[in-house]
Amino acid sequence: MTVLPPLRGKAVDLTGTFARFPIPADVHLPPYRRRELSLLLFAGLLATAALAAVVLAVDGKITTSVFVYGLGFSALWGVAHLAVRRFAPAADPVLLPLVAALNGLGLVMIYRLDLAKVEAAEKAGRKIPSGVAPLQMIWTLLALVVFVLVLAVIRDHKTLSRYAYTAGLVGLVFLVLPAMPVFGATINGARLWLRVGPFTFQPSEISKIILMVFFAGYLVNKREVLSVASRSFLGIHFPRARDLGPVLVAWLASLGVLVVEKDLGSSLLFFGMFLVILYVATERASWVLIGLALFSLGAVISYHLFGHVQVRVDGWLHAFDGDNPTSTSYQLVQGLFGFAAGEITGTGLGQGSPQRVPFANTDFIVASIGEELGLAGIMAILVIYGLVVTRGLRAALGARDPFGKMLATGLAASFALQVFVQVGGVMRLIPLTGLTLPFISYGGSSIVSNAAIIALLLRISDSYRRPGPATPAAPLFDPNAVADSPTQAVRTT
Amino acid sequence: MNAPIRKVAVACLVLFTALLVNANWLQAKQAGELRHEPNNARQITERFERERGWIGVAGGQAVASSVPSDDEYKYQRQYPAGKLYAAVAGYYGLYTSAGLENSQNDILSGEDDRLFVSKVSDLVTGRKQRGGSIVTTLVPRIQQIATTALGNRKGAVVALDPKTGEILAMVTSPTYDPTPLASHDDAEAGRAARALNTDPDKPLLNRATQETYPPGSTFKVITAAAALNAGHQLEERIAAPDQLRLPQSRTVLPNFGGERCGDGDTDTLIHALTISCNTAFAQLGMDLTDDTLRAQAEAFGFNSTIPGFPLPLVPSVYPPQQLDKAQTAQSAIGQFDDRVTPLQMAQVAAAIGNNGVMMRPYIVSELLGPDLKALSRTEPEVYKRPVSPDVAAALNTMMQSVVSSGTGTKARIPGVAVAGKTGTAEHGDNEPPHAWFIGFAPAASPSVAVAVVVEDGGGEFGTGGAVAAPVAQQVMKAALDVRQ
Repeated sequence: MTVLPPLRGKAVDLTGTFARFPIPADVHLPPYRRRELSLLLFAGLLATAALAAVVLAVDGKITTSVFVYGLGFSALWGVAHLAVRRFAPAADPVLLPLVAALNGLGLVMIYRLDLAKVEAAEKAGRKIPSGVAPLQMIWTLLALVVFVLVLAVIRDHKTLSRYAYTAGLVGLVFLVLPAMPVFGATINGARLWLRVGPFTFQPSEISKIILMVFFAGYLVNKREVLSVASRSFLGIHFPRARDLGPVLVAWLASLGVLVVEKDLGSSLLFFGMFLVILYVATERASWVLIGLALFSLGAVISYHLFGHVQVRVDGWLHAFDGDNPTSTSYQLVQGLFGFAAGEITGTGLGQGSPQRVPFANTDFIVASIGEELGLAGIMAILVIYGLVVTRGLRAALGARDPFGKMLATGLAASFALQVFVQVGGVMRLIPLTGLTLPFISYGGSSIVSNAAIIALLLRISDSYRRPGPATPAAPLFDPNAVADSPTQAVRTT
Repeated sequence: MNAPIRKVAVACLVLFTALLVNANWLQAKQAGELRHEPNNARQITERFERERGWIGVAGGQAVASSVPSDDEYKYQRQYPAGKLYAAVAGYYGLYTSAGLENSQNDILSGEDDRLFVSKVSDLVTGRKQRGGSIVTTLVPRIQQIATTALGNRKGAVVALDPKTGEILAMVTSPTYDPTPLASHDDAEAGRAARALNTDPDKPLLNRATQETYPPGSTFKVITAAAALNAGHQLEERIAAPDQLRLPQSRTVLPNFGGERCGDGDTDTLIHALTISCNTAFAQLGMDLTDDTLRAQAEAFGFNSTIPGFPLPLVPSVYPPQQLDKAQTAQSAIGQFDDRVTPLQMAQVAAAIGNNGVMMRPYIVSELLGPDLKALSRTEPEVYKRPVSPDVAAALNTMMQSVVSSGTGTKARIPGVAVAGKTGTAEHGDNEPPHAWFIGFAPAASPSVAVAVVVEDGGGEFGTGGAVAAPVAQQVMKAALDVRQ
């Protein structure tokens, strides 16, 4: 695969003076930047139509507020688009609309589940609960602020590699913070949250990115050493025993997450992420094999040692046997019932009963979507996620520096892994874990950190699509500069 | 460095492919199975989302119907007749159902393919889908009188139309009230179900079709049928000693209450049946052999069930294995391991009354679409021909004699010739016997055949003639009043 030639040339101006906003005069805007805007418009339409469908199904009529929200949502992502124009004008045009579409669907689904709670409370004569959709809107706003900040502050992703070790330290601190007695909070059996006043925050989402920077920065320097093979066994070159250190540390850390914070998903995600970057850095499959062997060993040991792991695995393997589905597999099977109710085309937004599934707007939101949008909706969403991963890996392929390549690969692969572990868990492909679905699940830390991931990917894609500095745009010779000079210059052309 | 990135891309592709395949498998293939999983609460809501059809009795009165409900489910099932039809109509609860509510669920819920046209038109017109309805053959007045006649005693009554096979009444006692079982309140329904399930009198059991009893002397009708079929005549004298020593055993078989049949040595076949002579029929059975008796019993439908019958059914049993002489003698008078359901014995009586032709018993007469137009009507159908018309006529004569001058006089109806046979079936040493009566009326061209069993027959002096015959008499009389 060849790297695409830098896209440049004159900006075709459709929107008059506005099209230059907020682009500095010396920056050429590639023509595909406008495509991003039209794709974003489409994402806005999608979200508005979905909201209209929900409101129509629940209230029987559409109010103007639907369009107000739709416009507001589109405007929010329009701001993100402007930030990309300003700070990463050559960046990949597809990523932003993809995640905007996911975010729109997520917001509508969260709002729809709020309505179900209100309805249930009305019926039972209980106090009407306040919805979480407005909160998620605020988180989305915050996520976009972070998105813009990342693009604005990190003008060159290579600067990040300078802070690799600092990042490693900060990432670890973030990772272990929830385990601390004062700050930590246990929610739904996993000790993953920080509690500050009324707010809870999941620092592992943030430490995911920070640790990725550390992994990439660390391995950029160490990859030569780690690539040295000493022994060949069954046709695979294995590394020297003394170079195993970093893998063992990462493995122990991920097991620590599993043991202390009782979270299978994060543990799997951290270790998988590390293995991917290690593999890209060293190009040695043996690292992956050693890592997988270690992980399997850890998984087997923790299965025998920890009750919460056994519960998850038992619920997965024996979802319908013995006491189940009313015992260990209760939540999982409720989710499966949701998918089954949706079948191919779904019940239609607002017309199913996704609120029956526990954690319908967080861990099980994909089951809610499966019920109301059916297999068609699930396939569409999986394809959108697949495209996000593809664009991320495309940025990795195009990046001109090893750090950028490794960071982009790590970010894209961890995104893929998170979607796989999350959706696969809810669909009973693998044991259920407690991860969130990027951009769709309700949860502030998730959307903020994922917005930062997308910003980083855009930054990396921008770096190789920009016109290179090697080709000077100005003529070598400026006749005006020499007009007054006493000697006649010789034309060189 | 791009080679490993491409491999990572391939790995991601594998992950996403696995998810896509799994989603298809889950939502396209496995969905139907999951939707019908008993623990699936959505399925319950969905079931109560549509207006379920009603179950009616002859004349059209609904005994089970759906009314709009204001709780979390849209429709509530109600049973205005209470316990009266519970054994047949059953109940339809959140998690469980029984009776026709259970077996005819596809029609009642509207899922049946026969409702295809109406389903399509509902889809086109946007009308809420409704279920079809069911009309049964039960006649309210006969059902009511049979219930009252049986009263608080344990037992069952089945009344059939011998010419068509329609089940006119089906009563089991004790029975249950379906209303709490159909409650939308989990706790209330659960409480009611637990109480019924742990009740030693088994009120959820339909004794008419699900319980077997020793038939006692009512089985002599079948032995007599086999004898007549083998060429014996009504007035033929057969051995009828006061006591019969059973071969290869020390058991001595007496007559009921030590009575004498005939001259103490022999008796006519018709008189032996009229007074229900044990020794005569035991000897007759041994002479006929157990194979002949088994063949005759199976011709009446023993050792098999009626295919497609919409209520739970257990087969009546004539022991399928080879019997020795003593066992054959016992079986010939309805003891040993003979077991019958009241429905089976009603069919025996009906077949004899209908000139040897047994009609297939049925309880669902019509299926109606949601628009109350008939989808299908059950046509009477010949089920078996257990005896020839001649044999049937001879049995008819013998059974009339039982009612006119024998053990069944309490079944007499003024002005109507009634045919019947009593039974007093022993079971266990210290238990009072079960009281039986089977019969039909008017004998010449019957419009009703009945079988009545009263468990433990009501005490020391309870015989089929004293306890069961009056019940049968009231039921037959009611049927004659209704169906003139």
